[in-house]
Amino acid sequence: MLFFIILVLTIAGSFILPWSAAAIIAFIAAICCAKTSGQAFWSGFGAVFIAWMMLALFKSIPNNHILATRVSRLFHLPNWAFVLVITALIGGIVGGMAALSGVLVKKVFEKQG
Amino acid sequence: MKIFKAILSVTITIALIWLLQTKFGDIPPVGKFLNPVSGFWQNAEGNNAFADENLKLTGLQGNVVIRYDEHRVPHIFAENDHDMYYAQGYVTARDRLWEMDIQTREASGRLSEVLGDKTLDVDRYHRRMGMVYGAENAMRGINKDPQVKAAVDAYTDGINSYIHSLSRKDYPIEFKLLDYAPEDWKPINCALLLKLMSETLAGGSDQFALTNNLKHFGAKVINDLFPDYPYNEDPIIPEGTKWNFKPLPIPKPSASFLAQMTDSITTPGKKEDIGSNNWAIAGSKSANGYPILANDPHLHLTYPSIWYQIQLSSPTVNTYGVSLPGAPCIVIGFNQKISWGVTNVGADVLDWYQVRFKDASKNQYWYNNQWNNAKKRIEVIKVRGEMPVYDTVIYTHHGPVVYDSPTQQSGGVGENVPVGNALRWIAHDESDDFMTFYLLNRGKNYDDYREAIKHFTAPAQNFIFADADKDIAITPAGKFPLKFKDQGKFILDGSDPANDWQGWIPFEQNPTIKNPERGFVSSANQSSTDQTYPYYITWKFDSPYERGKRINDRLTAMKNATADSLRLLQGDTYSIHAQNVLDAMLGYLDPTKLSADQLQAYSVLKKWNKRFDAGEIGATVFQLWWNNFYRMTWDDKFSVKNTRLLYPNRDRTVKLLLTDPKSKWFDNTQTPAVETCGDIVNIAFAHAVDKLVKEKGKMNINWQWGRVMHTEIANLAQLPGFGSGNFISGGASGVINAISGSNGPSWRMVVQLGPVVKGYGVLPGGESGNPGSFYYDDMLQTWKDGQLNELLFLQYPTEVSKRIKSTLILTK
Repeated sequence: MLFFIILVLTIAGSFILPWSAAAIIAFIAAICCAKTSGQAFWSGFGAVFIAWMMLALFKSIPNNHILATRVSRLFHLPNWAFVLVITALIGGIVGGMAALSGVLVKKVFEKQG
Repeated sequence: MKIFKAILSVTITIALIWLLQTKFGDIPPVGKFLNPVSGFWQNAEGNNAFADENLKLTGLQGNVVIRYDEHRVPHIFAENDHDMYYAQGYVTARDRLWEMDIQTREASGRLSEVLGDKTLDVDRYHRRMGMVYGAENAMRGINKDPQVKAAVDAYTDGINSYIHSLSRKDYPIEFKLLDYAPEDWKPINCALLLKLMSETLAGGSDQFALTNNLKHFGAKVINDLFPDYPYNEDPIIPEGTKWNFKPLPIPKPSASFLAQMTDSITTPGKKEDIGSNNWAIAGSKSANGYPILANDPHLHLTYPSIWYQIQLSSPTVNTYGVSLPGAPCIVIGFNQKISWGVTNVGADVLDWYQVRFKDASKNQYWYNNQWNNAKKRIEVIKVRGEMPVYDTVIYTHHGPVVYDSPTQQSGGVGENVPVGNALRWIAHDESDDFMTFYLLNRGKNYDDYREAIKHFTAPAQNFIFADADKDIAITPAGKFPLKFKDQGKFILDGSDPANDWQGWIPFEQNPTIKNPERGFVSSANQSSTDQTYPYYITWKFDSPYERGKRINDRLTAMKNATADSLRLLQGDTYSIHAQNVLDAMLGYLDPTKLSADQLQAYSVLKKWNKRFDAGEIGATVFQLWWNNFYRMTWDDKFSVKNTRLLYPNRDRTVKLLLTDPKSKWFDNTQTPAVETCGDIVNIAFAHAVDKLVKEKGKMNINWQWGRVMHTEIANLAQLPGFGSGNFISGGASGVINAISGSNGPSWRMVVQLGPVVKGYGVLPGGESGNPGSFYYDDMLQTWKDGQLNELLFLQYPTEVSKRIKSTLILTK
């Protein structure tokens, strides 16, 4: 559930919000409906990882990966797929950490409540 | 505990985002750059990205229709000139914004603002050379001319209209990599680009080195080895042409004196072999009876391409050609009636004057037997992440003292005599060069051509011309200072008014020729005229004569030529240099004394067709052999530690080889034996073959010229992966097809005049400056193949053509 909420909102938000909005989306979504720390991190990680991969491919496939290939050479990587995976990993880590933060913050208030 | 965990987690997340947003050294902000929302992925253009578009823009007066062809060349149709230049600015920025930005930053010494202190020296150099000062003066000329001012202003508005429409995700990828934002365009940026061209084409000087030569060897040797006219020459204005004007009195030579040594000045030397070709044949030589014109300007090639193809049409003009991204109008091109092109002249329009200051304050300098006030200009160089650097540049009436070096003087000698050199440079003068292109774009005949080029100041160009009235012409045009012979060959005494530039050669007396008997006009950066021309332009033009000679030989023989004949000539790789020296050099070799490898190389050379084609092994052996011969002849005398000397050029070396084999210059001063020409030729040959065998093994495919010459078009910012990569190519600097390493034809064009004009052309790259575009390099293969695209010259906005792929309509 958490996974899908973050995934959908991250993709939808990408058209109007800055890239770091993914963190806020994951954070708030985790506050709303995360259960455990592990579930929150991996949902956030997986959702943003996949969202970013889809968004990148959405631009890169019609481009025949011309640009991603050039960027892979710029960073001395073997091919464009590495750039894609690194991009998705960065998104994933940010999303995972944000979701984890969300659930941990939520737990602080749960105790008080 | 839970609170601690929560705070820790939130802190790590925020720190992570901050890290991903921040640039460290040369590494771009990773998150900002890689994220697919606003990072580089957004710059990936789809192959169907160019659907029809309608845009509403403020500042337009009417509607503009822009039609894009299959190479994404924009064909602009506007209802008035203002909108046409506005649209030119808009579409150029859309394709080339970063290129425009970085080039104006380079010209104006503002790279460090975005790149940090590693470019501080480059910035300081450009500031101290007076690039901004020159651009400011150019703006004065532009502002006096209402038509040009209107064009520059409209062009600027168009660029800014595009910049203002951008959000971060739309920025060209280089802005994202270097992590900065585009800034508003200013009219002076257009002038700065011209200054950059002046720097490339007329910003070098051999004066220091040659002055050192004079001290080192004495006048007799210098006059012998550095003559004022080449041994081999085939001038642009045919030999024997009569000058039908009464020249102005030539200024008297001054009692000049040698300047102090100034070895650490970093002005580059004049490059031999930088250059270009253009020619036009008369109707008498063409198949359809009308002239055909060809031009290929050679420059250091880059991605994005140096030139931007465009068609400009309004009620006052309809013209097609290439423009400089960042400047209005078309620089090389054609319209229905005329066609024109340029090559560099290489006139001596940059001179150094030794300055004597009164005291350490450098407020006054000695000139015309009195102390004169110097001006000071403070240059503020902003540096990314650091405090700005303040640099004071002293200006005499000649220009900026680019370098003043009391700190360089060792041992306390001359510490009270601050010595520097002031720069007198044509690029500092008020000018209105855009007027030339403004008028050429609208030109209809020979008179219009002459009127147009009258306005050109610098860098002086050989303007070639052909029209539908069947006239052809060529004129080295630009402002040429009136000088005594060899004025500026060596550093000049800045205190003596007799050393100043004494006015200008009148435009009407610039070398020019119209419809010569031989049926063609041409130039390839060789001498403008023979020695009968009454004025001094320079002691050495840009290039030796070989390309010009080959062009003239071929054009002389040409009959019933078509555009394709001229296209083939642009790809010609025959070496006149090899023709001149190869037999003489082979004559010194004794085949019976050669090793097996050498004998093999010898027989390849014997059979070599003297062409620098990609597959020729002879070209490789010859080039290496000649380079060795040249270096072995001069190195021991001209490579002196801590002193920059100028080597004698190729032409003088050829003369020595062919006419003076016992010359003392062939003797290697570092050996006890006395060598002659034959000895050097033999040693040079043995070394060349040894080197090839050592590096590439016994003669094999890797000896081929195309595999030895490293040809590559690099990205303007040298970004790996953003260039063309290494490719195999024929060509050489001394042949017509002057591809040589990363230098070569930056635009090839052939125009067949006639009742209906037909243009052909190709860029080594593409229209788009976006490495993520299909149009970044879509023309490279055509260029490599030596082919040209037929240029789509539309006559009206709704003209039907299968080649039109999309339409962009701009409305107010």
